[in-house]
Amino acid sequence: MKRVLLAILFFAILVGLWEWAFLAKIWSPVLVPAPQQVAEYLKASIADGTLVQATVITMRLLLIGYIIGLVGGLPLGLLTARWKLFHDTIGTLALGLQTLPSVCWVPLALLWFGQTEAAMLFVVVMGTLWSVVIATDTGVSHVPPIYRRAALTMGSTHLHMWLKVILPAALPFIVSGMKQGWAFAWRSLMAAEIFVTILTGFGLGQLLHYGRELSAMEQVIAIMFVIVVIGLLADKILFSPMERFLHRRWGTNS
Amino acid sequence: MRFGHKTGSVTEELALVTPSKLSIEKVSKSFRSRAGNVLALDRVSLNVAEAEFVCIVGASGCGKSTLLNIIAGLERPDSGTVSADGKPVKGPGRERLVMFQESALFPWLDVLGNVLFGLKLKPNLTTKDRLDVAKYYLELVELTRFERSNIHELSGGMKQRVALARALAPNPRVLLMDEPFAALDALTREQLYGDLQRIWKSRRKTIVFVTHNVREAVCLGDRVLLFSPHPGRVQEEFIIDLARPRDLNSVELATHASRITHALKGGAQPELSGMK
Repeated sequence: MKRVLLAILFFAILVGLWEWAFLAKIWSPVLVPAPQQVAEYLKASIADGTLVQATVITMRLLLIGYIIGLVGGLPLGLLTARWKLFHDTIGTLALGLQTLPSVCWVPLALLWFGQTEAAMLFVVVMGTLWSVVIATDTGVSHVPPIYRRAALTMGSTHLHMWLKVILPAALPFIVSGMKQGWAFAWRSLMAAEIFVTILTGFGLGQLLHYGRELSAMEQVIAIMFVIVVIGLLADKILFSPMERFLHRRWGTNS
Repeated sequence: MRFGHKTGSVTEELALVTPSKLSIEKVSKSFRSRAGNVLALDRVSLNVAEAEFVCIVGASGCGKSTLLNIIAGLERPDSGTVSADGKPVKGPGRERLVMFQESALFPWLDVLGNVLFGLKLKPNLTTKDRLDVAKYYLELVELTRFERSNIHELSGGMKQRVALARALAPNPRVLLMDEPFAALDALTREQLYGDLQRIWKSRRKTIVFVTHNVREAVCLGDRVLLFSPHPGRVQEEFIIDLARPRDLNSVELATHASRITHALKGGAQPELSGMK
């Protein structure tokens, strides 16, 4: 409780400083709007549905792309970990493409798919997929051989070995790969949305972009605030419970 | 055992199985290393009677763990055969379970989950049977209170008791133990010798126990085999005819141990001078 109060106090001071900077007119009000203006924009855009709609569009793309990346990356990572042939081919490809900043996929995606949601989705999948492949591969190859031997003597083979021994043993690596994949997907989607206007509907990135076009600083700041909140929530809802579980079970911080 | 109403299969599962007779004949195994081919085992032959407790002692790298892995079916010999009750060992199987060092427990499962792991792979048991059997063995190693604990929360000695329960739970005929107490402190080890003797008495298993600790071997084994390295061979055999439970600190035990230690040192000296 004390920690929550302190955190609230910290943010209140932050907003106070902002308010003070606005009132002191150090910078032009066009560049530094008042906190109230931002709050008003948020209220208005929630009321007229723009913000909610943009958030839904963005989150839908992000989640679908992320899930495709996970569902594709996990088995690919298992393949590369299991067979040398796949490791040398798909594994090397994954390693190479993972180093490519995923926003670099945007030009290619636009030429392939046009200014459509499919292009955005493609960028998100590319952001997620390779991290998950690499993390799964690394996780599996780090499973201590003794687990496999112990399981073998107890009668575990093939599919059972993969599902009940190797996959859970690799879980700490896989979760950190999932987290990295999420971060890449989120960043690449934002970059793509700012870059490209999708005709079927505006996402958060597009709202941010038009805030700049209109020199509507309160809109820019408000959208950035929403993006930060989504990032925080994803971490708290999606990854923190998984990491807490791993920490409790394994007793490590990895 | 205190089960109010036993179902048929639980009783069956907890019933004593006939311990296996092991027969190892002229087993050889070599490894390729940087120093060339190393002969880890050189035509090793040995027989282990039903419910016998055999300890294999030797310096590190004398091939004793390799022999244990071959008996388990985890490794194949280059030549020679291993058979259990006359049937050749072709691969790992739950008739011969191995107890490794502590790192072999699965950290993603809790204590009960670890003990259940092997049981879940055994057919013809209901979920309740498996749970009852797992709990029986947890009680046997006195860890009932910790069934929901995570592995990292346990002390070294408790971990090895979980490993023992996990190895016993599928009711194997043979228990293979690879330096299971090597990483523990002396006090914990001594307590586990007591536990192991008590459990062995109630669950009658054929046990092959590998260690580099001579006193440990004398404390536990009916027979102690001294292994000599390069190439791995059975150098000498000692029958330990002391009454059980044995006290690690008794004079008789120390006498046996010093006899074996002498043989161990005597056997190692020409090897050492020959290494240069």
